[in-house]
Amino acid sequence: MTYVLGKLLHIVIVAGAVLPGVGAVMVWAERRVSAFMQDRLGPNRVGPAGLLQPVADLLKFIFKEDVIPGHVNKTLYVLAPVMSLVPALVAFCVVPYARGMAIADVNVGILLVFAISSIAVYGISIGGWASNNKYSLLGGVRASAQMISYELALGLSVVPVFLIVGDLNMEAIVRWQKENGWLVFWLFPAWVIFLISSYAETNRLPFDLPEAETELVAGYHTEYSSMKFALFFLAEYIHMTTASALSVALFFGGYELPFVTLPQGVWGTVLSGLIFFAKMSFFLFLFIWVRWTLPRFRYDQLMKLGWKILLPASLAIIVLTAGGVALRETLK
Amino acid sequence: MKTRIVKRPQLSVGERIYFATVVKGLLLTIKHFFGVCRDLFDWKNKKTAITMQYPEERWDFKDNFRGAPALVMDQFGREKCVACQMCEFVCPPKAITIWPAEFATKDNNVEKFPDRFEIDMLRCIYCGFCEEACPEEAIFLVKEAELVHTDKKDFIHDKGKLYEMGGIREDRILKWQHK
Repeated sequence: MTYVLGKLLHIVIVAGAVLPGVGAVMVWAERRVSAFMQDRLGPNRVGPAGLLQPVADLLKFIFKEDVIPGHVNKTLYVLAPVMSLVPALVAFCVVPYARGMAIADVNVGILLVFAISSIAVYGISIGGWASNNKYSLLGGVRASAQMISYELALGLSVVPVFLIVGDLNMEAIVRWQKENGWLVFWLFPAWVIFLISSYAETNRLPFDLPEAETELVAGYHTEYSSMKFALFFLAEYIHMTTASALSVALFFGGYELPFVTLPQGVWGTVLSGLIFFAKMSFFLFLFIWVRWTLPRFRYDQLMKLGWKILLPASLAIIVLTAGGVALRETLK
Repeated sequence: MKTRIVKRPQLSVGERIYFATVVKGLLLTIKHFFGVCRDLFDWKNKKTAITMQYPEERWDFKDNFRGAPALVMDQFGREKCVACQMCEFVCPPKAITIWPAEFATKDNNVEKFPDRFEIDMLRCIYCGFCEEACPEEAIFLVKEAELVHTDKKDFIHDKGKLYEMGGIREDRILKWQHK
């Protein structure tokens, strides 16, 4: 009973406060960083350095009229934002964001993340379908094609990690990296593929084809307003958080630092959590940084990159890694 | 006519691999990012950021800027306007209204003064004709350009407001002294 209550509290804190909090800070960071990169200043009036801007945004979203257009499929229309937000929140559950602090320390680990995050495409394509609007539909169709294409490369790019570590559990992967060094040094090409695919999976530039303001008005969320739109928005940022967290946990040593052993007990846990968030923040910054640097791919370029380059490359890395691991085992 | 073969620029190998150019682009944006970060600490000498923080920072208008019209006094604190009403007659949108009055004594070599002087800033078109027409150099278009009020009545600038905006201006001629 205490176990269940403790877990519930943990879930409520992470899914109800930490992740939306990160999302809110990201909204602020996105606007300020983009402004800085364009020699502007961005929102700096609401609160110190504009930090309360997300609060103002939220208030605006809440007080806006919740329009449901007459031509939409009402049930699916209401369901779609929820369907895109929930997988984003659930996928975070296996990530060990501090020492021993994963919500679900399951031994299928990363497989669960991929299984859940694939569901997220339904939120977007159903949103596009239910809106009953040509632009939304195009956005939804593009989203499903893109996500299916890059899901393969994403999944395959992580396989070498498991080949080397020999375990699917995220904590085990972090522990292995503590002993043997960060996996990014062993698997740099695999990490690059992982990064590119995760950008495509989260529908971020340069792969934001489902949104593509210049072509599709706003893509799948053209018809959405007020809090429903905010949910789509939040889902995107939480997806980014999960992708960054995975990048940290799988390739950059998770919550541990190299050469430094963290103390045991509560302070060790807090410190490890801070280290994890610091590393994660860098990757979140990278998301923004890339978004405001690279232009959008053309649709055929996107497909070509996914199927003709990333997929064969990740397969080749798997084969090479498997060969290396086999060699290591024989020489032992 | 001879056929001219246009040489199309080809992407080099490095550009086709794309990664090097991506890194180049990332370096460019981060350069601007840190440039603005630096400017935040030394805003006076900002180099990268181009935004002006409006209510705190204002434009530096040139001296011939045509803002709101205002009345000026000379260096002796004397009212320069002699209520000739030239500006009132030349004003295209009829924004200026003057109620002239006579001095009781002729001690100061000036016969008239404006009892009331009003400019309706909702009518004013900032043309500067009043400044051109004035024979006494008493009315000028000052650098005041942001007139914001919540009440329409406040847009009618009376004499006090006009002198407050105009302030004191050096008079090179001082006509009244030579009469």
